[in-house]
Amino acid sequence: MKWSEIFTSAIGKKLVMGLSGLFLISFLVIHVGLNACIWANDGGVMFNKAAHFMDTSVVIRIIEVVLFAGFFIHIIQGIVLEIQNRSKRKTGYQVKLGNRGSKWNSRYMGLLGTIVFMFLIIHWKQFWIPSRFTGVNPVMIDGKEMQNMFNLMKVTFSELWVVIIYVVACYSLCWHLIHGFQSAFRTIGVYNSRYLSLINKTGIGFSVIVSLAFAMMPVSMYLNWV
Amino acid sequence: MEHYTMNLTLKVWRQKNSASNGRFETLEVKNISSEMSFLEMFDVLNERLVNEGKDPVAFDHDCREGICGMCSMYINGRPHGPWHGTTTCQLHMRAFKDGDTIVVEPWRANAFPVIKDLMVDRTAFDRIIQAGGYISVNTGNAVDGNAIPIERYKAEKSFAAAACIGCGACVAACKNSSAMLFTAAKVSHLALLPQGDPERKTRALNMIAQMDKEGFGSCTNTGACEAVCPKEISIDYIARLNSEYVSAAFLQDEEKE
Repeated sequence: MKWSEIFTSAIGKKLVMGLSGLFLISFLVIHVGLNACIWANDGGVMFNKAAHFMDTSVVIRIIEVVLFAGFFIHIIQGIVLEIQNRSKRKTGYQVKLGNRGSKWNSRYMGLLGTIVFMFLIIHWKQFWIPSRFTGVNPVMIDGKEMQNMFNLMKVTFSELWVVIIYVVACYSLCWHLIHGFQSAFRTIGVYNSRYLSLINKTGIGFSVIVSLAFAMMPVSMYLNWV
Repeated sequence: MEHYTMNLTLKVWRQKNSASNGRFETLEVKNISSEMSFLEMFDVLNERLVNEGKDPVAFDHDCREGICGMCSMYINGRPHGPWHGTTTCQLHMRAFKDGDTIVVEPWRANAFPVIKDLMVDRTAFDRIIQAGGYISVNTGNAVDGNAIPIERYKAEKSFAAAACIGCGACVAACKNSSAMLFTAAKVSHLALLPQGDPERKTRALNMIAQMDKEGFGSCTNTGACEAVCPKEISIDYIARLNSEYVSAAFLQDEEKE
């Protein structure tokens, strides 16, 4: 069987979604862990050091390219699948099955993903582009000059509308992950019911904790907790 | 349960043939017994329509005991109606109250074109079965049924998948019109048994290829299929099919031509 045949079949297309989704989940773990340094209560020293490491490491630069590829594949494939799947029923139903058959978030993965993607564009513009291209005000830590990402966060999250956008995006991300986490494992072929139940619970716990942690970052900055 | 009679308003999909545009027709039925099955209520309606010289509502039905999978009505937004684990013929009118309005639609999927009114063409399922839903059996004397040992749990799991009657409710309920639960049941039923082992790899690949060719969508694991399956086949079989497919596509030797 050719690669092109495998990855364009009904299951193969979902494999691309599932595998890229799991890769993006692994990125979320690193991102949330690193950002949690803002709560070290040291005026952003630990966080800035962590950000400096990510900024200067060659390995991270290479992984960043892979990460963007992951985003690109997941988003493009998601759009393609949504369009293809919708086209399989030309005449719709008068009365919809709705929540009697499935959870709302599993049916609106495309919408939730779109909200997260729109947030991503704002997020890149606010943090990634300044850090990588346009420059961030420096700060001296341990005799080394570093980008003061902590201060950039403080300034960005002093605006209420930004905080609201971030909280809405995290809420969407949470529901997207609650379905996506367990669905990805099903797609790659985990069928043992004991593991599926464990994966489902882990997925819900993971989604809530990660999304809540992300949402609390702008909130705690806005409320001057850090 | 106490017997009662009811008058109902039906909004039924009417379509002359696959080429014409359909529309909903509002029909009244009177004096329906709560003991009747949903199909018997349609028999009463059709008898009246025939007596009035009108075209009766076409619908599929055969065994009327929940095992043939022919009756395919999408009733008030749910395949086979409001009850769980039943086919339309097993749905009784006591599920409804006097004065109810019931919307009845055919299965909707491009792969299941409407033949007439509530009848759809489900031969796509037959072609998926033909693509790989078989095993090789030697000719000659019948072999001893117990000659090959099979673990009990595997026999049970296989049997639960074999309960699929191919009604198409999974496709009708799926937002992607995916036939994955049907295909998963057919693949799993044979993959779990030693008799199904020789064609195990080609079965998964060929049946999925045929499923795609018929114009069904991908599975996004929403679980709508499982919720409406009259035989209550678990969505876990779809994960098993994914595993069969991945293993066949990636982990096994290629045949050299």
